[in-house]
Amino acid sequence: MGTRAPCQMDRRALIGGGFALAIGTYPAKAEDIESITFDGLYKSFGVLGFEFADRVRALKSKRVKMTGFMAPPLKAESSFFVLTRQPLAICPFCQSDAEWPVDIVVVFLKAATPAISEGRRVSVTGVLEIGSTIDKETGFVSQIRIVEADVQRF
Amino acid sequence: MPRFNTSSAFPLRKAALVTLILTGWLGGAQAQTIYPIDRADILEGSKFDFKVEFPDAPKPDAVKVTINGASVESVLGKAGTFIESEEGQKHSALWAREVSLAPGRYVVEAVQGDAKKTVVWNVFPASGPRKAKNVILFIGDGMSIAHRTAARILSKGWREGKYDSELAIDDMPNMALISTSGNDTIVTDSANSASAYTTGHKSCVNALGVYCAKNALSLDHPKVETIGELVKRKTKMALGVVTNTEIEDATPASMVAHTRRRSDFNEIVKMFLEVKPDVMMGGGSPNFLPKTTPGSKRSDDLDAIAKFREAGYTIATTKTEMNAAAAAGASKLLGLYNTGNIDGAFDLRLAKKGSVSKFPDQPDVTEQTRAALKILSANPDGFFLMVESGRIDKYSHSLDWERAVFDTIMLDNAVKVAKDFAADRNDTLIIVVPDHTHAVSLIGTYDDNRPGQLLRDKLGVYDKSLPPNYGPLDADGFPTDVNTSRRLAVVFGTYPDTCDTGKPFMDGERVPSVAGADPKTFVANEKDCTAPGAARKAGNLPFEANTGVHSADDGLLTAMGPNAEKFRGRKDNTFVFRVMAEALSLGGK
Repeated sequence: MGTRAPCQMDRRALIGGGFALAIGTYPAKAEDIESITFDGLYKSFGVLGFEFADRVRALKSKRVKMTGFMAPPLKAESSFFVLTRQPLAICPFCQSDAEWPVDIVVVFLKAATPAISEGRRVSVTGVLEIGSTIDKETGFVSQIRIVEADVQRF
Repeated sequence: MPRFNTSSAFPLRKAALVTLILTGWLGGAQAQTIYPIDRADILEGSKFDFKVEFPDAPKPDAVKVTINGASVESVLGKAGTFIESEEGQKHSALWAREVSLAPGRYVVEAVQGDAKKTVVWNVFPASGPRKAKNVILFIGDGMSIAHRTAARILSKGWREGKYDSELAIDDMPNMALISTSGNDTIVTDSANSASAYTTGHKSCVNALGVYCAKNALSLDHPKVETIGELVKRKTKMALGVVTNTEIEDATPASMVAHTRRRSDFNEIVKMFLEVKPDVMMGGGSPNFLPKTTPGSKRSDDLDAIAKFREAGYTIATTKTEMNAAAAAGASKLLGLYNTGNIDGAFDLRLAKKGSVSKFPDQPDVTEQTRAALKILSANPDGFFLMVESGRIDKYSHSLDWERAVFDTIMLDNAVKVAKDFAADRNDTLIIVVPDHTHAVSLIGTYDDNRPGQLLRDKLGVYDKSLPPNYGPLDADGFPTDVNTSRRLAVVFGTYPDTCDTGKPFMDGERVPSVAGADPKTFVANEKDCTAPGAARKAGNLPFEANTGVHSADDGLLTAMGPNAEKFRGRKDNTFVFRVMAEALSLGGK
């Protein structure tokens, strides 16, 4: 840490914090939004495939809230990131021998957002999408997504 | 010193520019590149792609290629195809694909104007009488000397300076130091290093079964034949690939794959489908599922599970199913026991973390080896089996030495199973080798009863390095408790910013660092820094490294059985391929 230019990091942290604060006051009514968890995503989780939980299927196309960890992103500011159950020690984007965990949720943000990092938990609010999709820009395959999302520190 | 100091970065850039200009003045443009490269050792009759790249995109009449002074066609049987400005790039290429050669020395010359590039190939014979019916290649991924020593202390016991018994991997008649560099770098990765064992060719980081040419797409690079393909093309032997990593991961993939990029998992599954090893076991099921199946990582509709089933494979997803298939006399088995890597021995036996609760019936490498041998040994023509204990490396990356050493003991138990199989036969070559090493050392013991508060106060070295007081061994030689008051002090020489605790990580694999605020930088995982006596360390690696890295230290190979006597002194990793190919006479018709 002592060898890094400290002012650069502080500035980014400040921007990130300020942004999160602004969207944290987004005027969505709490009762409109159902929370989902990594533990509640699947009703069966096997080697040959998963089945999404009935509750999660029922929430398809509805606004949901979910907490997890932001995987190290490709760029400092991005409108796309991967939400993981645990903080990732290894960035699969960055290292060729790293593989994504299977139970990830892909998040598409309303606007490019600075990465929230240092292993912090984040909270994501947005519309739940289910079904296999390949992101045109990155080629990333996902089965479950939260789109039009906002993110803030948990 | 700030990392992005413009005043120091600028002179560097200027220096690079000057170097470029000088190169232009002195040597003309960069030289022609010939694949296979200089000093390649090539198995007679094995297939390879011959490629020459000419800089500055010349026309075909501006270049000339000869082999031993004769035309390419007269030696390789194919004139090859000349591609001007290949892929729109600034080079032209001559390709002759899937060629092979008889034993001998071959001098390849590529002339372009005044510039001449020469490489020499040694095509070695391997068509004498077959020496071995079976070959079992055990790869301890990243297994270094300290892993071995610690495994011996943990598993075999230490008393008055001697061990109570031997590890199976130590108790072998032949031994050699193995150098693992690639052709591009001193320190390499598990793709390139495994590929050296399975093809006999050194290549570059991240490459499997190809040389790293200028081609843009990962699947377009010049290929060399793998031992999996050779066994299937030239013999009636059975073929097995067993790992506790994802089956698409570098080491198992090296048995079948040709790609410049090891992370081409979906393509690698297709390559497994083409070669069809009789036994395939590991983790990594999502790349076998069509994209419509939740949990799939494929981007297409290929249902590889269905394809293998159609080809007569029994599919096993648990240890129980694996053992049932072996007992029922299955001749083809695809065992996928986890969506990711199979949990290591430390979690399967002691901590029960990782994905053990999600996948409670996973086999370990020893159990997989036993099942694989039962199936493969039914083939009257013999078998080739590669077994990898792959997480020795992964746990060493995460600086979690207890988990790495438990998986070393697990490998040792698997080797014991193989040695028991081979015992009275004298027809089975067994090789145990790492693919590369880690900077890891055993330097003493941590003793909680030593005075002081800091981790270094607890460290006993020299006359204070008393033996550890780990719990009693279970039936398979694993200690039943490692979270005791006196523990081995195993240290890593490479690390990001991190906090050492000197204790085993009972709550799950160590996470040495987490993403920092700056993009692609990593900082210590504060969770570990709050442990009593934790020692904070400033990383000694480049800032983008988030785990420990491989080392170029030689690895130790041990071997027994027919042709094992070839292993002595120091050898390049490519030599392992040669010994196996000779033992099986893979150069023959």
